[in-house]
Amino acid sequence: MAGPTTPRNLSAVSAPGRDGIGASPPRPDGILKVKGDFAYASDLWHEDMLWGTTLRSPHARARIRSVDVSAALALPGVYAVLTHEDIPGSKFYGLEIADQPVLAIDEVRFHGEPIAIVAADHPETARRAVARIVVDYDVSPAIGPVEALDPERYGHVHAPADYKAHASGNIVHSQHVHHGDGDSAEVRARADVIVRGEYEVGMQDQAFLGPESGLAVPAEDGGIDLYIATQWLHVDRQQMCPVLALPPEKVRLTLAGVGGAFGGREDISMQVHACLLAQYTGKPVKIVYNREESFFGHVHRHPATMVFEHGATRDGRLVFVRAEIVLDGGAYASSSPAVVGNAASLGIGPYVIPNASIDATAVYTNNPPCGAMRGFGAVQMCFGYESQMDRLAAELGMDPVKLRRLNAMEQGSVLPTGQVVDAPAPVAELLRRVEAMPLPAAAYRRTGDGVDLRELPGGVSNSTHGEGVVRGIGYGVGIKNVGFSEGFDDYSTARVRLEVINGAPVALVHTAMAEVGQGGVTVHAQIVRTELGVDLVTIAPADTRVGSAGSTSASRQTYMTGGAVKSAAEAVRGTVLARGRRRHGWTPDLVAGLRLVDGKVVDRADAVVADLVDLLGDEPVDETVEFRHRPTQAFDRLTGQGFGHVQYTFCAHRAVVDVDVELGLVKVVELAAAQDVGKAMNPLAVLGQIHGGSTQGLGLAVMEEIVVAEGRVRNPSFTDYLIPTILDTPPMPVDVLELADPHAPYGLRGAGEAPTLSATPAIVAAIRAATGLALNRVPVRPEHLTGI
Amino acid sequence: MRVTFTVNGRPTEADDVWEGESLLYVLRERVGLPGSKNACEQGECGSCTVYLDGAPVCACLVAAGQVQDRAVGTVEGLADGDTLDPVQQAFVDAGAVQCGFCTPGLLVQTHDLLNRAHHPSDAEIREALSGNLCRCTGYEKIMDAVRLAAARKADARGTAPAGSEG
Amino acid sequence: MEFLRPATWEEALAVKAQHPSAVPIAGGTDVMVELNFDRRRPDALVDLNRIRELHEWRIEDDDTVRLGASVPYARIIEALHDRLPGLSLGARTVGSPQIRNRGSVGGNLGGASPAGDAHPPLLASGATVEAASVRGTRLIPIDDFYLGVKRNALEPDELIRAVHIPSATGPQQFAKIGTRNAMVIAVCSFAVALHPHTRDVRTGIGSAAPTPRRAREAEEFIRAELDESGLWTSGGELPRAAARRFGELVAGAAAPIDDVRGSAAYRRHALAVLARRTLLWTWNDHRATGRAAA
Repeated sequence: MAGPTTPRNLSAVSAPGRDGIGASPPRPDGILKVKGDFAYASDLWHEDMLWGTTLRSPHARARIRSVDVSAALALPGVYAVLTHEDIPGSKFYGLEIADQPVLAIDEVRFHGEPIAIVAADHPETARRAVARIVVDYDVSPAIGPVEALDPERYGHVHAPADYKAHASGNIVHSQHVHHGDGDSAEVRARADVIVRGEYEVGMQDQAFLGPESGLAVPAEDGGIDLYIATQWLHVDRQQMCPVLALPPEKVRLTLAGVGGAFGGREDISMQVHACLLAQYTGKPVKIVYNREESFFGHVHRHPATMVFEHGATRDGRLVFVRAEIVLDGGAYASSSPAVVGNAASLGIGPYVIPNASIDATAVYTNNPPCGAMRGFGAVQMCFGYESQMDRLAAELGMDPVKLRRLNAMEQGSVLPTGQVVDAPAPVAELLRRVEAMPLPAAAYRRTGDGVDLRELPGGVSNSTHGEGVVRGIGYGVGIKNVGFSEGFDDYSTARVRLEVINGAPVALVHTAMAEVGQGGVTVHAQIVRTELGVDLVTIAPADTRVGSAGSTSASRQTYMTGGAVKSAAEAVRGTVLARGRRRHGWTPDLVAGLRLVDGKVVDRADAVVADLVDLLGDEPVDETVEFRHRPTQAFDRLTGQGFGHVQYTFCAHRAVVDVDVELGLVKVVELAAAQDVGKAMNPLAVLGQIHGGSTQGLGLAVMEEIVVAEGRVRNPSFTDYLIPTILDTPPMPVDVLELADPHAPYGLRGAGEAPTLSATPAIVAAIRAATGLALNRVPVRPEHLTGI
Repeated sequence: MRVTFTVNGRPTEADDVWEGESLLYVLRERVGLPGSKNACEQGECGSCTVYLDGAPVCACLVAAGQVQDRAVGTVEGLADGDTLDPVQQAFVDAGAVQCGFCTPGLLVQTHDLLNRAHHPSDAEIREALSGNLCRCTGYEKIMDAVRLAAARKADARGTAPAGSEG
Repeated sequence: MEFLRPATWEEALAVKAQHPSAVPIAGGTDVMVELNFDRRRPDALVDLNRIRELHEWRIEDDDTVRLGASVPYARIIEALHDRLPGLSLGARTVGSPQIRNRGSVGGNLGGASPAGDAHPPLLASGATVEAASVRGTRLIPIDDFYLGVKRNALEPDELIRAVHIPSATGPQQFAKIGTRNAMVIAVCSFAVALHPHTRDVRTGIGSAAPTPRRAREAEEFIRAELDESGLWTSGGELPRAAARRFGELVAGAAAPIDDVRGSAAYRRHALAVLARRTLLWTWNDHRATGRAAA
């Protein structure tokens, strides 16, 4: 029998294969993962470990008159029951605005808000203890996004004195973008055609498969070691230290295995709770959310209401866009300000439009907090502007792809923020390519036995044998920023060590990058092989002993931590070659042409000038580098002007759907994509990102929504929050372009998010083509398709 | 209570089991086999798929006491020491693993499928795996992995698929 | 909580008599969800897995299938699709393959959720539930079995031993609506069975009323329609208007609610469509293959 999985299982892994960048070697953690030996956060075990559990509010908005924990404490096996009164330091945290209580203080603002935490010897003991905590609530009607805009009448989600940063009224953040002459009367007069549309995007969940979990272990120095599934170790720590009243060196985080993230682990969840319980009891504490708690334990994608007006000339040239966007930020700020910045700055899509006026606002409500999810503000907008492009094409009697290509931005185009696009922007080409892909077979197949239900809307539910089934085709294209924007000091740290072990040169890569499944660890090894010419690469566990890597979000990690690893490897190479220069008297000219290949130092003519093992001897070379992308600027508060984003990324989709128009059921038949990735560092992993992102877009199009009624979440389960199964997901041919971005390492372009944007509008466009319906809301439900 | 059963062929005993515990909890927390994953605990994701007397089931929905005297097979039992099962190797090779949380369940379910159907069509693969959610891959590389494993197993048996597939 | 493990049926009945509040667990696909999410903490669980006969089925002299309460759905699909085509179609839509390896008709009946996929085909087939206690055995017609939302006709000391389902004598269909193409709970569902020997048509509605129920008016309408137009004899085409009217009557028989899975209005609409389609499929199938037997 295997022993328990302890933090010791989080050891360095060696990266197999000999491949550098551009190849597709297997994942360093792949063997562990298929054997069931990979240590995810929820797998960790520690001697004498306790289980932590959370009491959460059943109400969206209520005053807490009292909390009585005595009956819970009296239960045998219970070691601690903590409320906000037991917090040693600051009682608030937050990514951008520290407005969220670690545990509720006198009031709750959303359904599921944590009120108390329990540590006990068994999860069932902890649950029984939670059930014995008595909370006296004074419940008020929840404030939704409509009420939020009228605080005079409906009140405030936070007492006005509590507002931090930009907040005023119930507004978390707003951003206006004024471009050209906006939507002035003069501009409007120039448009032959104006189409107006109102659109809505429901609340999507990241639905990563590995629920929030971690193990906090009290250390002898009075500090805490936390083994955790997260997206950004250092920003977790930054928020935890003030609450725990501990200095950073006493709060040490190590990344445990992460079962997906997609933005949902950008905010902290159980991190502080587990540490507080460990601090209080002096024992290791593990917290593992179940699926229901996971729905309450992390932020979701902002629901959006969007009003667009697009004006164009008769021949299809866009003249202006007016957009008004309201995002439901929920009870706490999370990353709402940055989401607003994205919505405003990317709100017209990848098009050249001389005039634009965009207003994006996030409001505080008593709904679940919303924040980061793959696509981050750009997803909602893409559904809006792409729906508008189809509407405009219909109004003009133009082919929708032709209309898009006619107005597509390209390198040199000016964005509404005034930023000039200074890297390839092959929007028209992506559309051309995706349109040119062969179409799937005409329709479901009839065989001798009838039809194969699995090819039909409804699948094996047997709701149609072909009756009512109509095919539709639709297109979408989107624009997403890469990296942290708006003047944020975005950097990543990497340490690369090169040494001789057992007679061979071995490189160690140590970063704090959260590997959440994206394959960053694979690419790091590839980069080091390419730069240092060694086969053997070891990936150290990510932890806070090395500098921050920033978040695994914003499509940024290959660019940023990949860039840092490249820089660190270059520094190592520089040191190695300097050593050769000293030792062998190499001329500067010779050194300038030297490369490390297959464990040798070779010159321009590929002649071996030294053996790496000899150069290294028993003196390892160890370099740590901070890598930054070009600085960006904050958007002007009034006009939205500024060099706000460092890089843009584009994807186009063509969706083919079969719709049972009588029952309103949809089968996506094929979802083809074309995307520019600058440089495919690992082509297999790139496809994985595009397929996975597209499928999340498919989910948003036809099934995924957290249903909230009067602040209450009605479907916090995988029974009722549906994500696509393999029978809902079609073949997805992909055409990958590699047009180098001269500003990025290897010319690469962040790839993870763009496919999530355009899949949704493409599918909805295809459903519109099949049904002739307007469909202004996603997810599209059978009720919408049947008009009932 | 005490529960005695076999896991991956080995006699196993778990003590102090709470009567409401699932097989999944016992595997993960009591017998040191956390490979089966706790993604939904409501039978809606397949991440905890294990063999129970030869049939793939959701370990989260089997009460611990129900496995008394029965045989359980988990992802940890698929490989023969360092030699991966062809299904495991195919998942690594095809890029079917990203975060990997769904992987153990998919491997057991695929292992069962390829034991029952040597040359499954794409539609059969999809129906057989429709109880295993994956949030990362969009399933394309999982389809590739299953096809690859089926082909390699056919090669190993020295048989070619009869007729066209897909 | 106690975990009771009777080894025989007699022992199970004795245990249930002693612990009437004990919750029977077989496949666990419903009970364990409630335990895992702290929705239920019964005093005791009665594990029925050790009782072999519950996993067996046999054909009775009158061609009725006596289906052990714990026979998993996968086995029904594999072994009984010819005799019980409606139930097999329903079984194929239950949860996931893993669930179908554990879940059983006994569990659906015991839970009596209106969304259970087995209920409509059982109603359309005219099944009988064999319930037993230490006091004896009773046969409960399926029409009398469902009493309310998650309430059935079982007494606290009774367990379901088997379900008696007449083998199909004509085409049967089952169709359901889900907002996903697999692994989905029914928004609504419908089953129809033609019984050519008795010139009967029976139905079952799922997930669209507090209990699974038959659409009796629709049945009467289509029975009369088939009789009066001599279609059983002629084997002629079923007029589309009749199928449509049948669908409307099925929708009218439902009493759905609005919930997170779908609106009441949509459920009615979808039932009308499913009823119309499945009736046409069964009738066309009957015309093509079943007339000789009729």
